[in-house]
Amino acid sequence: MLEALVEAFPTLSLLAWEPPGWGANLIRGLVNSIQIALGAYALGLLIGTAGAFGKLHGGPVTRDLLAIYTTVVRAVPELVLILILYFAVTDLVNQGLVAMGYARVQISGVAAGIAVLGVVQGAYSVEVIRGAILAVPAGQLEAAKAMGMPPMKAALRITLPLMLANAIPGLANLWLIATKDTALLAIVGFAELTLQTRQAASSTKAFLTFFLAAGVLYLCITLLSGVVFGRIEKWARRGQRGSGAGQ
Amino acid sequence: MGPARPARQRGGAMSVQAQPRFWQRHRIVMAALAALGVLLCAVYLRWDWLPKYLPLIGEGIWRTIWLLAVTSVLGFLLAIPLGLAQAAGPWYLAAPARAFCTIIRGTPLLLQLWLLYYGLGSLFPQFPAIRQSELWPYLRQAWPYAVVALTISFAGYEGEVMRGAFKGVPGGQLEAARAMGMPRLTILRRIWLPLAIQRALPTLGGESVLQLKATPLVATITVVDIYAVASRVRQDTFIVYEPLLLLALVYMIITGMIVLAFRWFENRVPSRVA
Repeated sequence: MLEALVEAFPTLSLLAWEPPGWGANLIRGLVNSIQIALGAYALGLLIGTAGAFGKLHGGPVTRDLLAIYTTVVRAVPELVLILILYFAVTDLVNQGLVAMGYARVQISGVAAGIAVLGVVQGAYSVEVIRGAILAVPAGQLEAAKAMGMPPMKAALRITLPLMLANAIPGLANLWLIATKDTALLAIVGFAELTLQTRQAASSTKAFLTFFLAAGVLYLCITLLSGVVFGRIEKWARRGQRGSGAGQ
Repeated sequence: MGPARPARQRGGAMSVQAQPRFWQRHRIVMAALAALGVLLCAVYLRWDWLPKYLPLIGEGIWRTIWLLAVTSVLGFLLAIPLGLAQAAGPWYLAAPARAFCTIIRGTPLLLQLWLLYYGLGSLFPQFPAIRQSELWPYLRQAWPYAVVALTISFAGYEGEVMRGAFKGVPGGQLEAARAMGMPRLTILRRIWLPLAIQRALPTLGGESVLQLKATPLVATITVVDIYAVASRVRQDTFIVYEPLLLLALVYMIITGMIVLAFRWFENRVPSRVA
């Protein structure tokens, strides 16, 4: 059946793994994309958790600075932020190195991509996590305080587990945004899936085949993530009434 | 009211403890620092390229806003049938609509854009019938592909929202309309659609901002929006930060205008839901 398909659409043979085909390149791009998405997502979660606690419990200056951060990052296109941060970060690092008497370095695409997308993701996850923390019933925290739990312990044992169930849908959305935003790094010349696809397509002229193939790969990530996050949400909601988790 | 208003407007996110005054001491210091920063930017950064590129910048801003408005309206019109098909349609309409939304939401917009422009765009010239048709002068340009890609992207995201909105309309309203003997199309036009749009309105503002943030991607297929103008300034003059800062400022202003417009609009729509 596969042969018949290739017979009908000869450009499909370009997707083969071996060198005349470009399959290996696409998969390499996919791995790069996933790597960056994972890194950026983790960085975003760190920024988000810290930022949410800062927004809820920080002083007035912290809260205002965080409000500016989330507002600005969410108002400016990711593409523009990526360019600004990419140029600014590489420039700053290099100027610092030169000032300290070292040679200039080329910052790796993966590190720059993770840093830039992580800062963008952070702004969104601050809001998601803040909302989820606010949805934790106040009585639970009061009970913890009444039992004499120190604040850090109450945050780790009560707030975080309880807010996780509220935060998972928003965080799942953010993960999907992270995977799709990696495509933007194609514009600063990083060899992730979209750029690899474009290179393969423009050197073979089989544009439709390659872009559709990349679309299928992205869609696989999305659908797979949906299943995984569904499982995680079910796990996070265990013990809650009316969620169907206890059947 | 006076000085209390901006606090509530800016601080929608942090109005947990409602703050009565906006100009507290630390905010005055922060505003002074920000003003100093702007002043330093104006004095020490290079802005001499600005007068030369001003007409181009105006054109770019206009094209960005035009793209945003046209694709949002078209996308929303497309989202209504998509949402309706998923919420109430028979399976042979619901399944394709759901597949469309999943595919659009599951792949990056940049890829969709390039698929349309490079993929379909390279396919069209092979057919003489298309090359001789009336449409050919348009199909040779880049902007129709940009409009189509942005429109279907907006429709995909908003179709999902409209599905929820159609489903969320209280059943009693529809039953009452049916009991009054209204024909089905009239129910849709007079009861179901207005109530669904009212429910979707709060998300519509956010979707429009996301759509604005998606428009710079069209610069990659040679449509000259404000982002493309800034890139050209960078390539012509080798000035890196100044055009990008201007670009960020322009986008922030447009975002602010969208948010204010939707807030005004939402206040006008009566929101008494039974």
